[in-house]
Amino acid sequence: MTAFLNQLPIGLSIGAVLMLIALGLTFTFGQMGVINMAHGEFIMAGAYTAFLLQDMVLALPAAFLVAGVMGLILERSAIRHFYGRPLDTLLLTWGVSLVLQQLARDLFGAPNVQVPAPAWLSGGVGILPYNRLFIMGLAVAGVVAVWLYLTRTGLGRRTQAVVQNRQLAATSGIDTGRVDMLTFFIGSGLAGVAGVALTLIGPVGPALGTYYIVDAFLVVVAGGLGQLRGAVLAALGLGLLNSYAEFWSDASLAKVIVLAAVIAFLQVRPQGLFVLRSRVLT
Amino acid sequence: MIKRHLPFATVAVIALVAAPLLLEPFRLGLLAKYLCYAIVALGIGLAWGKGGMLTLGQGVFFGLGGYSMAMYLKLTEAEGGLPDFMVWSGVEELPALWVPFANPVFALSMAVLGPVVLAVVLGTLVFRQRVRGAYFAILTQALAAAMVILLVGQQGLTGGTNGMTNFFELFGQDLAEDSTQRGLYLVVAGVLGVLYLATRQLVNSRYGRLLVAVRDGEDRVRFLGYDPALVKTVTFAASAGMAGLAGALFVPVVGIISPALLGVVPSLELVVAVAVGGRHVLAGAVLGAVVMGYAKTAFSEQFADGWLYLQGALFIVVMTLASKGIAGVAQTVAGRLRSARAT
Repeated sequence: MTAFLNQLPIGLSIGAVLMLIALGLTFTFGQMGVINMAHGEFIMAGAYTAFLLQDMVLALPAAFLVAGVMGLILERSAIRHFYGRPLDTLLLTWGVSLVLQQLARDLFGAPNVQVPAPAWLSGGVGILPYNRLFIMGLAVAGVVAVWLYLTRTGLGRRTQAVVQNRQLAATSGIDTGRVDMLTFFIGSGLAGVAGVALTLIGPVGPALGTYYIVDAFLVVVAGGLGQLRGAVLAALGLGLLNSYAEFWSDASLAKVIVLAAVIAFLQVRPQGLFVLRSRVLT
Repeated sequence: MIKRHLPFATVAVIALVAAPLLLEPFRLGLLAKYLCYAIVALGIGLAWGKGGMLTLGQGVFFGLGGYSMAMYLKLTEAEGGLPDFMVWSGVEELPALWVPFANPVFALSMAVLGPVVLAVVLGTLVFRQRVRGAYFAILTQALAAAMVILLVGQQGLTGGTNGMTNFFELFGQDLAEDSTQRGLYLVVAGVLGVLYLATRQLVNSRYGRLLVAVRDGEDRVRFLGYDPALVKTVTFAASAGMAGLAGALFVPVVGIISPALLGVVPSLELVVAVAVGGRHVLAGAVLGAVVMGYAKTAFSEQFADGWLYLQGALFIVVMTLASKGIAGVAQTVAGRLRSARAT
C-alpha cells in the first residue's frame, strides 16, 4: 500500500512537468499549427540556466526569459514563414533541435551535470517530498497564470480569438502576428520553467528535452488542440498512468501501455478530450 | 515508351553492373546499406509524398524486420543451443517467442508480415477515427520511442541496448566473404529496383490517383463515396512492409541490429532524407536516402560532431528554401532550360 501511495507524488510531479511543457505546445500547435520539436530544447535551456545560476529563486524567472527569448527568435526567424504547413514545421524545428543539442554538448560537455537542490527543498511531509510538492506548485502557478492571462487580459482574449478563428480575428483588427509572437514567448518560457523543475528530480544533459517531448505531444493529442483544460487533465492522466504503469508492469512496458491508452482514448474522442467546435472541414 | 524507361534502365545498369565492378568491397557494402535505407525511403515517399501521411515511426517496422532476420541468424549459429547474448544475460531456456524463428521461411515472412500487421492495426484504429496529419505523425513517433524502450528493457529477449551482432553465415554462406557481400548487394539493389517499379505502377494506377486525392482533399473523397481510411491503411501497410523487408536485408549486410538504429532519430533521419531528395517524386526519395547516407558517412569520417550541425542546418535550408528537395530543384531547372530553348 505504501509502495502504491509512493507512486502518487511521482506520477503527479511528472504530470506537473508535462503540464508546463504541454501548455506551450498546445497553444503553438492549436493557434499556429506549428509542431515545435525544438520545444524540448527550451526545456534543456531552462535546465542549464538553473545549472549556471545555481539558485532556484533566480533560476525560475531567468529560465523563463532565456527559453522565451529563444522561442521568440525561432518564431521570428523561421517558423513564421511556415504557418499553415504543420508537417514542414515539424521537420524544420527538428533541425533546429539537432543544432541546439549539439551546441549544448559543445558548451557544457556531453556528460550530465547535477544541479544541487536548495536546502529548503529537502525533506517532506508524509509521502510528499518537498521537491515534488514544489514542482506541483510551479505547475499550478503556471496554469493559473496562463488562465488569468487568457481570460482576464485583453491580449489573452485576443489570443483566444486567434485560436478560434484566425481569419475572423485578423479582419476584426487583431494584429495576429503580435499575438503569435507573444504566445510563442510565453509557451517557450514555460518550457524553460519546466526545465528548472526537472533539475530537482534528475541530472541535466543535452538530450534532456528528447525524453519529454514525445510524451508532451501525446498530452496535446489526448487533451485537444489549444485547450487549457485538456492539457491540464491529459498531463495529469498521462503522468499518473506513466508512473503506475512502471509500477505494475516493468519500466520497459510503461511507454507501450501509455501509447496504447492514448490510441484507445482516441477511439472514443478522436479530437482529444476537449474540442474547439467549428464548422470548418479539414 | 523506350524514352520513358531510359533513366531507370541507366540507373539499373550502373547499380547492378558498374558498381560491383568498380567499387572496393568496403564501399560496396556501404552502398548496400544506403540502398537498404532507400527501400525504407521509398515507402516513406509513397506514404508521405503521395499519401500525405507523415510517418515518423518507420524505424519500428525496419526494426521488426531486422530483429526477425537477426533472430533467425542467431538461431542457426547457435545450432540448437542458446544465442550468445542470452547466455550472457543468464537466460537458461530458449524463449517461446524465439522458437519458430529457427525456420528461415517463417523468419523472412514475419519480417514483412509483422510490420504489415502492426501497420494495419494501427492504421485501422487511427484512420477510421479520422485522426490525421500531425496527430498521426505524433502517434507514430511515440510508437518509435516506446519500441526502443521496450527493446532495451527486454534484455534477455532482444539483447538490450547492444542489440544483436556477430553474425557469421547466411544460408550456409560466409558473411565475411567478399563474394557473399557482393551477392547481398545485388539482392538489395534488385529488391529496390523491383519495389520501385511496383510502387511506380501503383502510384500510376487508379488506386494511386485515389491516394493523391485523399492527400489533397480527404473529405471530398469521402463525399464521393470512397473510404479514405481504407486507402490510407493499405498504403501505410505497404510502406511498413517495405521497411520490414529493408530491415531484414540490412542485418546480413551491416552485421548488426540494435535499438539505436530504429528509434525516433533514425526514423526522422529517413524522413529528412526523403525531404532532401524530394518527397513528391518516388525517385527523389530513393536518391535522398543514398545522398544523405553517403553524406553522413563522408562527414562523420572527417568530423564527427560537425555532422549534427550540418544535418540540422541542411534541414533548415531544405525546408525553407527548397521544400520540394533535389527532385524539385532538378525539375525547375529542366523546365527553365526547356523554355529557354523554346524561345
